[in-house]
Amino acid sequence: MTSEIISDITEAEQGTSLWKDAWLRLRKNHLAIVGLVLLVALIIIALLTPWIAPYSYETQNLELGATPPSAQHWLGTDIFGRDLMTQIMYGGRVSLAVGFVATSVALLIGVTWGAIAGYVGGRVDAVMMRLVDIMYALPFMIFIVLLMVVFGRNMLLLFLAIGAVEWLTMARIMRSQVQSLRQQEFVEAAISLGLSPGKIIVRHLIPNALGPIIVYTTLTIPAVMLLEAFLSFLGLGIQPPKTSWGLLISYGAETMEEFPWLLIFPGLALSITLFSLNFLGDGLRDALDVRRSKD
Amino acid sequence: MALLEVNNLEVSFVTRMGTNKAVDGISFSVETGKITAIIGESGSGKSVACYSLLGLIPQPPGRVDGGTALFEGKDLLQASESELRKIRGRDVAMIFQDPMTCLNPFMTIGKQLMEPLLFHRDVTKAEAKARALQLLEEVGIRDPANTFDNYPHEFSGGMRQRVMIAMALINEPKLLIADEPTTALDVTIQAQILQLIADLQKNRDIGVIFISHDLAVVADIADQIVVMQQGKIVEAGDSDHIFHHAEHPYTQKLLAAIPGDSKQPEAHPETLIEVRNLCTWFGQGKDAEPVKAVDDVSFDIRRGEILGLVGESGSGKSTIGRSILRLVPVTSGHVNFDGTDLTQLEGGALKQMRRRMQMIFQDPFASLNPRMTVFDTLAEPLLLHGIENRKTVASGVLKLMDDVGLARNFVRKYPHEFSGGQRQRIAIGRALATRPEFVVADEPVSALDVTIQAQILDLMLDLGKEYGLTMLFVSHDLAVVRHLADRILVLYKGKVVEQGTGGELFEHPKEEYTRALLQSIPGRSLLD
Repeated sequence: MTSEIISDITEAEQGTSLWKDAWLRLRKNHLAIVGLVLLVALIIIALLTPWIAPYSYETQNLELGATPPSAQHWLGTDIFGRDLMTQIMYGGRVSLAVGFVATSVALLIGVTWGAIAGYVGGRVDAVMMRLVDIMYALPFMIFIVLLMVVFGRNMLLLFLAIGAVEWLTMARIMRSQVQSLRQQEFVEAAISLGLSPGKIIVRHLIPNALGPIIVYTTLTIPAVMLLEAFLSFLGLGIQPPKTSWGLLISYGAETMEEFPWLLIFPGLALSITLFSLNFLGDGLRDALDVRRSKD
Repeated sequence: MALLEVNNLEVSFVTRMGTNKAVDGISFSVETGKITAIIGESGSGKSVACYSLLGLIPQPPGRVDGGTALFEGKDLLQASESELRKIRGRDVAMIFQDPMTCLNPFMTIGKQLMEPLLFHRDVTKAEAKARALQLLEEVGIRDPANTFDNYPHEFSGGMRQRVMIAMALINEPKLLIADEPTTALDVTIQAQILQLIADLQKNRDIGVIFISHDLAVVADIADQIVVMQQGKIVEAGDSDHIFHHAEHPYTQKLLAAIPGDSKQPEAHPETLIEVRNLCTWFGQGKDAEPVKAVDDVSFDIRRGEILGLVGESGSGKSTIGRSILRLVPVTSGHVNFDGTDLTQLEGGALKQMRRRMQMIFQDPFASLNPRMTVFDTLAEPLLLHGIENRKTVASGVLKLMDDVGLARNFVRKYPHEFSGGQRQRIAIGRALATRPEFVVADEPVSALDVTIQAQILDLMLDLGKEYGLTMLFVSHDLAVVRHLADRILVLYKGKVVEQGTGGELFEHPKEEYTRALLQSIPGRSLLD
């Protein structure tokens, strides 16, 4: 009898969490795994760049100028004779950091804010969402310029500024999800069990609202990367000789006809990242939807 | 010749898991001017059979394997899609279970009524409108001229079903297929709709197929009854044969599932809960009059008894249960639970009391978190209230599963992988996990098939005894309540209008409203 219970228990304890089940399902989705592996590889390269980059990012060779891919410079050089591969590697550090950090900030604030507003409702909701509306109404450029002027230009501030804009939409999505979910009886059941609002939000509401959030997150990361490029282009973000994929692409676009590799390779790096994100995001959404895949 | 003659109909669904025969060689016929009822549980193939006649099952995965269905001599199964489109809605019309999902919420009912007419017949708009108005009148919509331009949400459930029926009849079909048309409705409304269908069928002399899971519903109206189980017809015959001389064990099981006599009330001297002058009002903004869902209600619940609470939707019966459990804010009044006033509790003290009182919800599809396995759902209350710790919780969960009759190997499954009855078992397990003294059961079986209903009710009675539960059983179904409850409260518009034992209420109802409720019980003749 006891041994029977124990064997049942060990079986019961395995894979009873949503996340563990989701991982088992995700593993079967080859595209998502390819996306995950590529992303991890990109992040590792970005972290190791200072040690593995073939040249220093400041090294110019004005006599050399822009050259197509060659044995010395695998991806060619730009008009100042700088190695493009080195630039892409260093640019990736900035772009990936902006993408992931700013999106994480947006995710954290937006999901929490939206979940609380949606769950509590009433006046709290009204005040919280009016704040979101006001933030929406602020002209984004003025907001960033002000931040830069007051605090000076720095990377961390850039992340925060972008995150501070992107969380607004996240909060709205989360709020509407939570509002419809909290009408459901399983939330009432959780209340009648005596769960605290915090636990209800974390255990019952957020897992059920993840689908749209994940999709929006995978859309936000590329949007944030492009936003950084836009700001840098205006002189508000990263400044040369530091660079990012967005900046490389915008310079590459200017000289597209003479030196196409300056556009193609940074563009390729960004595309690979975006594709990986989309595959991973789709895979995650399906994996977390327990109803979709039966095994 | 019969209006519709189905012979050896076979329908199967081809999936990755293999071929599933949904309808396995059934034959039946429908006569003009008669109501043929098809009875069976969900999954018995009763709806699939009827839908496949009109080409309404998705193909693939659905596939009609064989048989004939002669409608006025023409084989529907051989008809092309364009021929079927002409037949559907003109010669054969359908009404469905849920009128809300079948009406377009963005279109006035008038427009929706005229649409099939304008599509199938060569009429002018004015003629179509006149016809639509006339039909609305016929199905009992009050003041059709003024409600013609209203949207579906402005009607009650019963009125929407009437609109659906009008829509089905507008092209004067010869055959009407009604798929559980009253399942989503209150008993009193159900009785009206059943009467309406029976009247229309007589006046218009059409054939009707009435699909239902509940034998009692069709008892008063069906001429012919076909009982289906697992895709096969197990028994068929006229109404008298099925109800009084049923031979097949499954038919007998269905008949047995119709709740029987009043429970012999047991004496329960000790009072557990006193409800005093309870009011729960829902505000509608600053100026509007509040909705008095529960209006000055007082009653006692005695320890160990099952107290039935009956009334229509909107009578406040669910709100009373939720008010006692503090799931909705109480406007005024008191609820004394074993000497503690629940309405005054907050925070930790309330959490402590929650352990002693639990709720079982109506819809087991909505009341379970779709992303939590059975294990997580049952472990949550055990851990929250410190009944088990992380090491012992697994055995606690398995013990609960044993108690509610769920196989242990289901522990890792998610709610969507279960049938309705099994889900309700999970929900009951969750409610009992904290070892409560008091449980509010809010229509716990009304979303289930009749035979499953009987099983779940038995389970609740058994567990009630084993756990020494006091139960407030909320239901719109008087037949179920009188079978279960020691005492019954009848609720109407937020007030208690009558109370007594099942026997008293059934034999000598004092109030007009109670009498109306009793009249509405489907298949009432069967109960006596």
